[in-house]
Amino acid sequence: MRLERRPSVSKKLAIIAPILAIMASLCISGILIILAGVNPFVAYFEILKGAFGSKLALTETLTRACPLILTGLAAAVAFRARLWNIGGEGQFYIGALVAAAVGNSLLTGFPIIMAMTLVMMCSMISGAILLAGPALLRLRFGIDEVVTTLLLNFIIILFVGLMIEGPLKDPFAFGWPQSVPVDRSLRFADLIPSSRLHNGFLIAIIAAITVWIIVTRTIFGLKARATGFTPQAAAFSGISLPKTIMGVALISGALAGLAGAIEVMGVTGYVTTTLSPGFGYAGIVVAMLAALHPGGVIISAIFIASIFIGADAMSRATGVPSFIADVIMSLSLLTMLVAIFFTNYRIRK
Amino acid sequence: MIEALEILTNASLWSAVLRIATPLIFGVLGALLCERVGVLNLAIEGIMTMGAMIGWLSVYLGADLWTGLAIAAVSGAIIGLLHAFLTVSLSLSQHVSGLGITLFASSLAYFIYRLVVNVGSLPPTIEPFQPLELPFLSDLPFIGEIFFSQMGPTYLAIFAVFLLAYILRQTPLGLAIRMTGENPHAVEAQGLNPIMIRILAIVVGSALMALGGSFLTTAAFNSFFPEMVQGRGWICIALVIFASWQPGKALFGAILFSFFDAYQLRLQHVVEDVPYQLFLMAPYILSILALILVSRRAKVPEALMAPYRRGER
Repeated sequence: MRLERRPSVSKKLAIIAPILAIMASLCISGILIILAGVNPFVAYFEILKGAFGSKLALTETLTRACPLILTGLAAAVAFRARLWNIGGEGQFYIGALVAAAVGNSLLTGFPIIMAMTLVMMCSMISGAILLAGPALLRLRFGIDEVVTTLLLNFIIILFVGLMIEGPLKDPFAFGWPQSVPVDRSLRFADLIPSSRLHNGFLIAIIAAITVWIIVTRTIFGLKARATGFTPQAAAFSGISLPKTIMGVALISGALAGLAGAIEVMGVTGYVTTTLSPGFGYAGIVVAMLAALHPGGVIISAIFIASIFIGADAMSRATGVPSFIADVIMSLSLLTMLVAIFFTNYRIRK
Repeated sequence: MIEALEILTNASLWSAVLRIATPLIFGVLGALLCERVGVLNLAIEGIMTMGAMIGWLSVYLGADLWTGLAIAAVSGAIIGLLHAFLTVSLSLSQHVSGLGITLFASSLAYFIYRLVVNVGSLPPTIEPFQPLELPFLSDLPFIGEIFFSQMGPTYLAIFAVFLLAYILRQTPLGLAIRMTGENPHAVEAQGLNPIMIRILAIVVGSALMALGGSFLTTAAFNSFFPEMVQGRGWICIALVIFASWQPGKALFGAILFSFFDAYQLRLQHVVEDVPYQLFLMAPYILSILALILVSRRAKVPEALMAPYRRGER
C-alpha cells in the first residue's frame, strides 16, 4: 500500500472534503457527548436549534460570525503566502483597544461616517504594525514568526490589562477593569432591529469580497500565492520575497485589527481582557475549513459561530460541558487537514 | 534599590528558580528531541495542558503522585502519536497540525475536567509533592535549600537533561536521531528507518512535555484550572532555539528564564508604582529578545520541517 499524488484535484472533491471533515469531527465528538451521558443526536439537534432555531438565535450566530470572518480572512491571507500569523488574537485586542481610545473622544466634530472610518483605519494600522514586527524579524533574522506572534499575544493581552487599569480606565465603571467606551455616535446601527446584529456584519462581508479580489485578481495576490507555493521559484522569477511577505503581513494584521474595532463598535462599546473568546485562534480554523478561500471563510465562520452559540444553549439544556464547542472546532481542523491530504493523494495497493 | 539586590541573596529565590524551571526543562527537552529528528512540535502547549489535567485527575481519583505523572506521560505520548501520524506518516504542515492539536488537546482537557468538576465550584485540590530533603546534603547552608530540598520531579528533570545529552552525543541511537534531523536519506542508506525514528522521538518528546505540564498540578500548584499553562509551551519552543538544540544549553536557558520569572515576582512587592502587568510581560519579551540575540549563530537541524517520503527527493 502506498500513497500516490493525484494528477489533478477535482472540484467536486474539494467541495466534499470540508463536509466530510465536519461529519468526521461530529462523529468523534459524539463519543464525548455519550461519555457525558447524553444522546449525541439530541445534543446536535439542540445545537442546531440554539444556533438557527429563532430570529434571536440566528442573529446571535451572525453577530458572533462577524469577528470570525475577519480573523479568518487574516489567517487565510497570511497562510496562502505561508506566513504563519498565529497572532490574530493579539492583533484583535490591539485593534479593539485603539478603537476604544480613538473613538472615545478624539473625533468629536468629524462627520459620523468619516469618524467611524477613521476609527477603523486606526485599528487596522495598529494590527498591521503588530504583525509587521514578527514579519520583519523573520525576514531580517530568520526567526520563526509562529513563536513571535504567539508570544506577542500574551504581551498584548497584558498590555490591554495595563491600559484599562491605567490611562484608558473607564472612570464610570464602578471599579470594573474596562476601557473608556467609544462614543455612542460611533457605534454601528442595528442591521436587524431589536437584535445585536449590527452593520459591522456588512463590513465583514465587504472585507471578504475585497480580499477575494486582491488574492485572485491582482498581481500582488498572485505573487503572494506563488511565494506560498514555492518561495525559491517565486524569487527566481523576480518576485521580491521581502516585499510580498511584508505586504501580506500588513493586510493580514489589518484584517485582525479591524475585527477588534468592529467587535467594540458593534457589540460591547468598550474593551475588557475577556473581550475575545479566542477569536484569533478560531480564525485559523475558519481559514483552514475554507481551504484558505476568502468566500469560503464567510461560510465556515458562520459554521464555527453556530457551533459556539448553539453549544451554549445545548449545554444549558442537557448539561454537556460547553467546551464541546472547542472540541468540535479543533477536531474539524484536524479532520480537514486529513481531508485536504486525501484530495491531493490517493491510496494505491 | 538595595532591597531589589537583597532578594538575590535570599536562598528561597534560588530554590524557587529550580521549581519554576522544572516544567520548562521537561517541555524544552521534549520539544528539542522532536526538532532533533526534524519535526517541529507546536502541539506542546496542548500536550502540557493535557498532562496537567490528567496528572491532577489521576491523583484526584486515587492514584499516587508518581503514578499520576506516569499516566500523564502516557496521555502525552498518545497525543504525540497523533502529531506523528499527521506530520510524519501523512507529511502534513507541521505548523498547522501542531496548532490544531494544541487547540484539540486543550479543549479536550477542559471538557474532561468539566465532566468531573461542576461549573462554579472551587477547583478541588490534591495533596501535592513535598520537598524531598536529601540526607546530609539538604543541611548544607544556602546550597542545601537550593539544590537538595527540591521536589522529586525536579531531580528527575535534571537527570533527564544529562540522560538526553548523553544519548544524543555518546550512543548509536543518538547518532541515528541526530542524523534523522540532518539528513534522513543518509539514515535510510544506513539501513535504518527514518520514519520510525521520527515517530518514536515525537512520542517520547511529547511524553516529556506532558510530564512538564503535570508538574504544574501535582507540585507547583495542587489543582487544575483552565489557561494554567499560560504559554509555557511556546516559551519552550523559543528556548529550544535559544539553546541551539543542545540539552545542556536548554537547561541553562530554562534556569535563566526562570530566574527572571522568580525575580520579577519578588520585585513586584519591592518596586511600587510600576504596574504588575509590566513584570508579567517581561518573560515573553525576554524570549523574543533572546531569539533575536541567538538568531545569527542558530544552527538549525538541516531537515527541520522537511517531510520525508521513501524514494522521494
